[in-house]
Amino acid sequence: MSEGEMALAVLGLVALSALTRSAFFLSRSEWTLPGWAERGLKYAPLAALAAVVAPEVLMTQGHLVAHWQDARLVAAPCAAVWAWWRRDMLTTIGVGMAVYLALKWGLGW
Amino acid sequence: MNRASASLPQPSLSLLDTRLWRHEECALGMKEMARVMPGLMTWGLVTGVAMAKSGLPLPIALMMSSLVFAASAQLSAVPLMLAGAPIWVIWLTALCVNLRFVIFSVQMRKHMVCLPLRWRLVAGYLTADVTYALSVHRHGGKAPASSENLAPMAYFLGAGVVNWGGWNIASLCGLLFATWVPTSWGLGFAGTLALLALLVTLAKDKKTLWAAALAGSAAVAAYALPFRLYIVVSVAAAVAAGLMMDAWTDGRGREGGGGEARWPSVDAGVRQAEAAERGHE
Repeated sequence: MSEGEMALAVLGLVALSALTRSAFFLSRSEWTLPGWAERGLKYAPLAALAAVVAPEVLMTQGHLVAHWQDARLVAAPCAAVWAWWRRDMLTTIGVGMAVYLALKWGLGW
Repeated sequence: MNRASASLPQPSLSLLDTRLWRHEECALGMKEMARVMPGLMTWGLVTGVAMAKSGLPLPIALMMSSLVFAASAQLSAVPLMLAGAPIWVIWLTALCVNLRFVIFSVQMRKHMVCLPLRWRLVAGYLTADVTYALSVHRHGGKAPASSENLAPMAYFLGAGVVNWGGWNIASLCGLLFATWVPTSWGLGFAGTLALLALLVTLAKDKKTLWAAALAGSAAVAAYALPFRLYIVVSVAAAVAAGLMMDAWTDGRGREGGGGEARWPSVDAGVRQAEAAERGHE
């Protein structure tokens, strides 16, 4: 693939970022979402976050973690409990990373 | 889907409108997004490093990092480009990887139709996962944005601009200083923690948490699907489960037969569900 073709491919990706994210508001013609869909979609934002987070915590290279001595398995619940308790993002990231790196460096997990 | 022939009056709101930028909701959106940014920026940094080490020519990697603004689509496109796959395969893959955004756009629609097409495309481009989650959380159930009701658009804009700017600065740093970033530390985990923190702090009630737990499990189970379609599958499963839980807690047990189910009104339904939730506590 030449650099010119690569540049074209990248521009296509930029267009796809914009087009997929505006798919349902490209047209302005009047349209109402069916009630059941609107009710159901209130579960979508958290579901999407969970769907991204869970494999990042529980899987390595597409497989479930083989044994429990994985820093992520301890750091993620710690961070979740902290977030629930303090309701603060920045310190949650700090606490989670501290536990994660301590286990990685300290215990060699 | 009800499609009426009547079109709305031409929208005139611009994203450059100073009323949007001076709005207090814009500052709030910036602030709330800034809280998540340390995690997201670490993730952006790691993505930048991955781009630098992928073997793409530097100008292409730079262009990709600073313009595409979709990490998962980028990372799936890189190996295909290096392998010399046909361009339509690259685009089709990115389209599938981006399918979750199509679901997001359904909920963003009501606030976006106050913009003309070119600004709708810009706003769509800015609607990454966290911008979407924050915007829908704060303004999802409120009156549509318009020239008179600027708050939802101002909040979205503040959050979106900080997300875009922060992400691009971070991934550019990762790209340019790749050799100095210690990848073996697993810094990308900070991004996961940021999303986890967001998930926990945005959870409104038990049903939402159950639906999210189901989505997480479904994502692990369906992970082997190509094109990261497991995200779309998980969201669909969570939405279906959420509707079922709603039906139970409403005490109606009525099945939503296709699009025919007639809820009294969305807001009334949500209020009812929230009242039921409070009743249990």
